[in-house]
Amino acid sequence: MDILVCIKQVPGTSKVEVDPVTGVLKRDGVDSKMNPYDLYALETALKMREQQGGVIKVISMGPPQANDVIREAYMMGADEGALVTDRKFAGADVLATSYTISQGVRQMGKFDLILCGKQTTDGDTAQVGPEMAEYLGIPHIANVLKIIEIKANSVIIEMDMPNTIEVAEVKFPCLLTVEKDIFQPRLPSYRKKIATKDREIKMITLNDFEDKDEKKYGLNGSPTQVERIFPPSVNNDRETWTGNSEQLSSKMATKLKELKFV
Amino acid sequence: MGKLICNQDKVNQSNIDELVKVCPFGAIEYKEGKIEVNAGCKMCKICVKKGPAGVMEFVETETVKIDKSLWKGIGVYVDHVEGEIHPVTMELIGKARELAAVVNFQVYCVFIGHNIKDKAEELLHYGVDEVHVYDYEELKDFRIEPYTAAFEDFVNKVKPSSLLVGATTVGRSLAPRLAARFRTGLTADCTILEMKENTDLVQIRPAFGGNIMAQIICPNTRPQLATVRYKIMNAPERQSEPKGKITVCELDKSKLTSNIEVLEVTKKEVEENISDAEVIIAVGRALKSEKDMAMIGELAGLLDAQIAGTRPLVESGWIDAKKQIGLSGRTVKPKLIIALGISGAVQFTAGMNSSDRIFAINSDENASIFNVAHYGIVGDMYEIVPKLIEDIKNAK
Repeated sequence: MDILVCIKQVPGTSKVEVDPVTGVLKRDGVDSKMNPYDLYALETALKMREQQGGVIKVISMGPPQANDVIREAYMMGADEGALVTDRKFAGADVLATSYTISQGVRQMGKFDLILCGKQTTDGDTAQVGPEMAEYLGIPHIANVLKIIEIKANSVIIEMDMPNTIEVAEVKFPCLLTVEKDIFQPRLPSYRKKIATKDREIKMITLNDFEDKDEKKYGLNGSPTQVERIFPPSVNNDRETWTGNSEQLSSKMATKLKELKFV
Repeated sequence: MGKLICNQDKVNQSNIDELVKVCPFGAIEYKEGKIEVNAGCKMCKICVKKGPAGVMEFVETETVKIDKSLWKGIGVYVDHVEGEIHPVTMELIGKARELAAVVNFQVYCVFIGHNIKDKAEELLHYGVDEVHVYDYEELKDFRIEPYTAAFEDFVNKVKPSSLLVGATTVGRSLAPRLAARFRTGLTADCTILEMKENTDLVQIRPAFGGNIMAQIICPNTRPQLATVRYKIMNAPERQSEPKGKITVCELDKSKLTSNIEVLEVTKKEVEENISDAEVIIAVGRALKSEKDMAMIGELAGLLDAQIAGTRPLVESGWIDAKKQIGLSGRTVKPKLIIALGISGAVQFTAGMNSSDRIFAINSDENASIFNVAHYGIVGDMYEIVPKLIEDIKNAK
């Protein structure tokens, strides 16, 4: 079977601050890594290939240095990879990103299955997978907990729902976003690193797309706008109460009521 | 809408470094005597605002403005499993009413499922003007294609300005699908929502792991979509008299097909996990005997809280190891934590100091727990807690 895994390079740490004076985002260092949730998607693909055979391709979108995560996927066992990259994609929100990747996916052949991590650690939205599925015109299932059975034309999975766990069968082609812990991701292999060091990474730019309309990409294709960013309000007020126990308990009950816990 | 351009003639040896460094994403490069912006650019425009004057410029491009007056009302997606309405729905109705009041909009619900017509009545007790019901056998289980089709039908018929969806596993799967279909914006996990006079929905959400808040708008597309987690907004009080009406909607059978078949549905076992708890009563070494846990249990019951504790209590077997807070236990971030008779060693506080509200009762006024508590109460828990239980009962 042919599987495509979507991966993303994210900052190595979520420790970012807003400079209170200038309003500029401060990032500590430029460390980056593969989005941890994507490792589970990649491992799921590897496990499925062990059982069914086939090819695993990976796709990522980002600046040229995002090639690193494709190299890492090669070290884990992916067969082919492509990076969707273009300055014209700058400033893309969820919608523009999803559309961009879906256009990139169309340049990579046919797939039975597309796998995504449940979310990224930098955007945290969990929205790109489902939006891509919409643009590719295929069904999706989010929060997949288990792969139960792979059939010729479908896959049976277990998914997490608000109050229930459901088992469902979904026909190919489809997109699944997998939960953390579906499988334990393997470590990158040094032998594979050597073996794949010259393996090509395909670069896909706007010119390669079927839809070259610049209005649909980057900032221009993004319906949402960030008006401002600001540090969260932190509750740093501290007070100490003393008195007899009647006073203290009634003061506490009043406060709990005021804060709507009672 | 627009693009960044670089006035290369204003680039010189003295400002190249400054310019390259001002970008927090490393997207500005100096290559072969030219400044280039690479695909890492997030269009934050910091280089325009804070970089060397006049070098980077943001040029607005003309866009066709949509007619916002064609989109009216606020829609709430009714999150449910087999007709059992998820309480996040009422919370969203409450917020939708507040937002609607600003611009004089109606509040709609869209309820998609099977055998749900009578369940829709309940929503009319919370101040909804109209509930649109899509009731078909094919909609019994949540399957993405027919659910999106029904939601799409609602949007096309009603043309709501904003849509609020609970950030449950269903909502987080459905809302993006709908947003992509209408090529509109969607903001996940909003914690604050406000309405502008021009019907733009101001959406505020934590970003970068909660270190930053981002204020987001969707100024030129409709509908505007936001998801909100459970227990962020406040549900309105249930009114005894229902108001508003129920409209049963038709959907073409061809839109009800799906490539997904749900084979088995199992109710989740509810396992208490202190990491998810919103209210926690934590007890420490000052607890004298196991039977005193009854008093703690009573207080926890009144506040709908989970009980947790420090390591000594786990070691004495009074609480389960899964209920231990701290470096060797779990990390918790509830909305409220009440620490009873806990001295406040770093071991413990590291696992709870980012809680929203921290109350601590301790008889030692120098206890280090008071350094992290927002409300430090100097006194004996054995005297205060029983009275507190009475006071809360009276207050209810």
